[in-house]
Amino acid sequence: MALLHVTSPHATSSQRTGALMRQVMLATLPGLAVLTWLFGWGTVINVIWAMLIAAAAEAAVLKARGKPVGLYLRDNSALVTAVLLALAIPPTAPWWLTLIGVGSAIILAKQLYGGLGMNPFNPAMVGYVLLLISFPVEMTRWLAPGAAPDLATSWQLFLDRYPGADALTGATPLDSFRTWAGDASALAAEPILQGRFAGLGWEWVNVAFLAGGLYLLWRRIITWHIPVAFLAGLGLCALPFWLYDPVRFASPLFHLFSGAAMFGAFFIATDPVSAATSRWGRLIYAALIGVLIWVIRSLGGYPDAVAFAVLLLNLAAPTIDYYTQPRTYGHDKPKRGTG
Amino acid sequence: MSLLSLFRPARTESGRKLHDFHGGIHPPQRKTLSSEAPIRPGPLSATLVLPLNMHLGAPALPCVQVGDRVLKGQILAEASGPVSAPVHAPTSGVVRAIEPRPIQHPSGLDALCVVLDSDGEDRWTALTPCPDYRDMPRAELVARIRDAGIAGLGGAGFPTAVKVNVRDSQRIEQLIINAVECEPYITADDRLMRERAEGVIAGIQVLQHLVQPMETLVGIEDNKPEAIAAMRAAAAGTGIEIVTVPTKYPSGGEKQLIRVLTGKEVRSGGLPADVGVVCHNTGTAWALHRLVTTGEPLISRITTLTGTAFAEPGNVEVLIGTPVADLLAFGGVPQPHTGRLIMGGPMMGFSIENPLAPVVKTTNCIIAAPLSELPEPEPEQPCIRCGACAEVCPADLLPQQLYWYSKASEFDRAQHYNLMDCIECGACAYVCPSHIPLVQYYRYAKGAIRQQAAEHQKADRARERFEARTARIEREKAEKEAKRQARLEANRQKSSPATSVAAATPAADPVADLKKAVGEASSAYKAAVKIAKEAEEQGADNAADLRAEADQLKARADELKIALRDAKANAPAAVAPTAQAAPADPVADLKKAVGEASSAYKAAVKAAKEAEEQGADNAADLRAEADQLKARADELKIALRDAKASAPAPTRPAPASPAPAAPPAVSLSTAPESPTAQANAEDEASAEAERAKRAQRMKALKTAFNMSHKQWKEASAALERAERDGLPDVDTHRARVDKLKKKADLAKAQLNELVEAAKADMKASTGTDLKTLKLQAARAESTVREKTAALATAREAGDEERINVLQQELAAAEQQALETARTLKQAVAEQGLSDGDDA
Amino acid sequence: MTTILIAVAALLAMAALFGAILGFASEKFRVEGDPIVDQIDAILPQTQCGQCGHPGCRPYAEAIAEGEEHNKCPPGGEQTIQELSDLLGREVLPLDDEHGDASDIKKVAYIREDECIGCTKCIQACPVDAIVGAARLMHTVIVDECTGCDLCVEPCPVDCIDMVEVKPTLQTWGWSRPPGVGNAPARHIPVVNLP
Repeated sequence: MALLHVTSPHATSSQRTGALMRQVMLATLPGLAVLTWLFGWGTVINVIWAMLIAAAAEAAVLKARGKPVGLYLRDNSALVTAVLLALAIPPTAPWWLTLIGVGSAIILAKQLYGGLGMNPFNPAMVGYVLLLISFPVEMTRWLAPGAAPDLATSWQLFLDRYPGADALTGATPLDSFRTWAGDASALAAEPILQGRFAGLGWEWVNVAFLAGGLYLLWRRIITWHIPVAFLAGLGLCALPFWLYDPVRFASPLFHLFSGAAMFGAFFIATDPVSAATSRWGRLIYAALIGVLIWVIRSLGGYPDAVAFAVLLLNLAAPTIDYYTQPRTYGHDKPKRGTG
Repeated sequence: MSLLSLFRPARTESGRKLHDFHGGIHPPQRKTLSSEAPIRPGPLSATLVLPLNMHLGAPALPCVQVGDRVLKGQILAEASGPVSAPVHAPTSGVVRAIEPRPIQHPSGLDALCVVLDSDGEDRWTALTPCPDYRDMPRAELVARIRDAGIAGLGGAGFPTAVKVNVRDSQRIEQLIINAVECEPYITADDRLMRERAEGVIAGIQVLQHLVQPMETLVGIEDNKPEAIAAMRAAAAGTGIEIVTVPTKYPSGGEKQLIRVLTGKEVRSGGLPADVGVVCHNTGTAWALHRLVTTGEPLISRITTLTGTAFAEPGNVEVLIGTPVADLLAFGGVPQPHTGRLIMGGPMMGFSIENPLAPVVKTTNCIIAAPLSELPEPEPEQPCIRCGACAEVCPADLLPQQLYWYSKASEFDRAQHYNLMDCIECGACAYVCPSHIPLVQYYRYAKGAIRQQAAEHQKADRARERFEARTARIEREKAEKEAKRQARLEANRQKSSPATSVAAATPAADPVADLKKAVGEASSAYKAAVKIAKEAEEQGADNAADLRAEADQLKARADELKIALRDAKANAPAAVAPTAQAAPADPVADLKKAVGEASSAYKAAVKAAKEAEEQGADNAADLRAEADQLKARADELKIALRDAKASAPAPTRPAPASPAPAAPPAVSLSTAPESPTAQANAEDEASAEAERAKRAQRMKALKTAFNMSHKQWKEASAALERAERDGLPDVDTHRARVDKLKKKADLAKAQLNELVEAAKADMKASTGTDLKTLKLQAARAESTVREKTAALATAREAGDEERINVLQQELAAAEQQALETARTLKQAVAEQGLSDGDDA
Repeated sequence: MTTILIAVAALLAMAALFGAILGFASEKFRVEGDPIVDQIDAILPQTQCGQCGHPGCRPYAEAIAEGEEHNKCPPGGEQTIQELSDLLGREVLPLDDEHGDASDIKKVAYIREDECIGCTKCIQACPVDAIVGAARLMHTVIVDECTGCDLCVEPCPVDCIDMVEVKPTLQTWGWSRPPGVGNAPARHIPVVNLP
């Protein structure tokens, strides 16, 4: 070996896809910690289990497709999908629920489309929606915050051997608000709605994910466009309705710090593969997700809506890109279309 | 565009509003590696290799022979076109070879180089400085710059003389000196400005003098405080503004710097001059300063030797042509060097294939980096569409889309996403977390698009040539058929008079046949003209050939027409003895002839006009032909008048006038001679008048010759007929033929004499003869055509760099073509020579 | 009964009217020439080699427009077939190797000039007039105009024509496509011994 013949540039930044993905996983740690503090070890068990499934599924499919397994596993993208999905499903989920969710996310939503970079939909959200529609009972079995079961109980729940699993269930703030919307006294009586500024416990989950997201912004792993537009879309949509009727419509603050709002804004909608690519495109994409979340939460049939909103906008992303190409230097106006 | 740009400081300390461009990156600078040591003189290599194409544009043409002894600064190769630059000997020595050698190109291909063996004496040739350049004519100063081989030292090596030669129609508002040096590692301009700021400023003043801008801005990145201070001190009181620009790669890109300093955007495919800006490099300014103060051509430059493999990194004033290997040894790079060896910066430079490749005019940096410093590239990973590339793209492209389409070879779509506006700065590939060699994808796509365009052009040309060939073959076939028919007719005609004498068979038969033949021939001619015209419109190469063929057909048609006329004349003659020819016959014939001649003249004028409008080459010829026809028509008119006058007079025997136009025409054709001779005798005061006269006389002589020649031919034909038919007036005919032949010969001789005299005269006055001038004009014209075609191709391909070059070249070629055409016209007018005289 | 007659009459009237309109339109807006032939001709490589069995590219274009298979052009290769398939909406066919092998290597004819006897046979064979010369005088190929069609090789009585590969020059050289996912875009340059 002597000289290298390489095209320019000869220097590259130290960013690596694998490292980026690791940073994303790292940024979920505060959220994971708060979830564990509130709901017990279930989420931690789920995350580990999901990572194992994801790695195995990815390796198996890569092998079947005749691709170099080592190279592709190194990008850590499957693990990120696994972590995000495991954080989204309830801590009481049995092992098979995670298995089905993560397996279909990796195999159906990602590898069958051609692997990393080729999937039109966010794999974690595909897995989530699939579970939510197929197993609505298991997928809505959240616990009351603060009543965290011990490790043994969590393990039993994971193995699907806990006899009174259904009895553990507690409503989430979004559930409660849906149920009692329009009834001021009932809302005031719901303990889960008596948090410091949003739902009890869940506000801290969202604060933790916000912190993780800010870390990602600081490390320049994501840009500000999607989270800001997402939260602005959601908040600004909620504001006039809340001002009009604060009993029927929740406050912007409640919306922003309930359910998966912060998690979605910083970790789900920012998935670059399935998002719009141009700058304006990303702003529009994320703002529409925010609006759609408010619409589904307030007027639709599901208590939370991040997964549906993200998937719907994934569908729209190519169209958004079609109309939002930047104006190239030296050209009068931006081009449209794909040529 | 970026919202964040609103929060950036937008003004410099001098109050100039700075603009921002989209994207950009901040790679580690690594400039201190080489920026702290003063500039050292470089090594004197035993052998210097001077590529003939180290500038942008046409390669230089060697003007020395192998074995020649040359002095330092002596010219080795001349500029070979409007956009080209000469090459000079960087030291004294012997030309060892002129052969292909490895050069500074990423392909690793060889190119023609002059190889110079140094004799170690480093003896200068005589130099002529021009410190008083302000008093020189501008064109002369530009020529000096051109002759000194100065080309842009920063980027592409665009010949400086072309760039400073701004057209009068262009008002240059800003002269920008690019001293940004935004690439990591490189410090050549930084050191130059620190140590030789006065010289640089003086060089900028030369540029100011040439370009006459409203303001002059020197853009320097804020990471070079010493250079900024030195330049500020040197520029004090000169009106040159030193502008500090924020450090961001690639703010040193020409278009980006223009945007930062002026807020203007150079249109896609356009030149900075289009928006009133001209950009030059610091090194170029220094080279200009050297030229005016010492007369030195561009034979050395400052090059940064850097990278941790160099034991002694720093800036070196290195002779152009020094092999990189010698610089590695000079800088103490351990041999053999492994890792990366880069010519240029780490962002846009290229790997050197062979260390024997020489330093050229554009080599601003040599990086020798071991793998510990710049490691091997990592394997490409899948694109995760993170969009980091779009965030940093200084041209505001969507690098991701360009990547997908380039990778899939969907070049139409890549072009739709403005692939050709990519400046290949490498910012996207720098930030790509998946290590996709994006720039290589773009270069691949650009090259493929260029090649496709070339292939398309070639296919079009092949199609044209194929169609032209098919048409020609068909035409030839038709022609052959026509000839065969004509021969058949001729045979029949030959046999028919023999029988007609005996049996008095109707003589109208051959005439009718001939008429048919004439009709066929002239329609063939028309078809040929049409094809030729089409070919000319399409600018086909064989248009001239086609035109010539058409002319041939025309000649053939004319011949047939004459034969027809003869046959017609003959027919009455054959019956004359019995049927008593009417005395009015010659007059009627003459009338008809006059009518024919004037309509032929009109047709010729029309053809000439058309040709002129289309700018065809043979317009002049056509015009001359029309003039001749006009003369002929006039003569016939006079003859007709004469004939009319003589008709009532005692009747002449009808058979005595087989060629009725002849006698008066003969007398007329001799007429111009005497007055011209008189005029010559009378007026010899000025050469100007003489020349004019000569032109006039030449024209007259030419007409005389043409006429007598034609008459001679006609008379010969009549003689032949008379002989064949055994008519009694053979002797009269023979005498006439001889007389006419003599006359024609005389006229020709006189004409030749005059033409020779005129040519000699011209050669004496302009130092070049008509043929050379014509050749030059033709060549210039063809260059213009070529460049236009090439430009069209380049536009199609959207290849900006090439468009820039071609636009310049085209403008220059047009200028040259205009000039040569003017000279030629002038010469021709002066000498009374018209096209075809020297044939 | 009358209703049926009215209906029939109305239909007949309408048929006549629309027939007239269509007839008029087909005359009025008649397309001169056949643009599809031009489009096909634009895709064909214009080598005029005749390997397809037609005397040139345009005749083959006309034949394709009339339904002939579009896989008989070896110089165009897969790319031409692909483009023709896109244009015509036909199935992508493999190259019909009865008409010759496709080769990506560009070639041009080269006449070994000292062996040429000046018979003009190749000049007559060249479909694009890319060979110059005269009887009993040496011939030579205009390289820029040569389409590499091979047609001059066979007629040469002394076999002095070679098809030589066109080598890349500095003007035609271009970067190659990177090797793709999983590979590093680098090439190792072997050690060069310096003199």
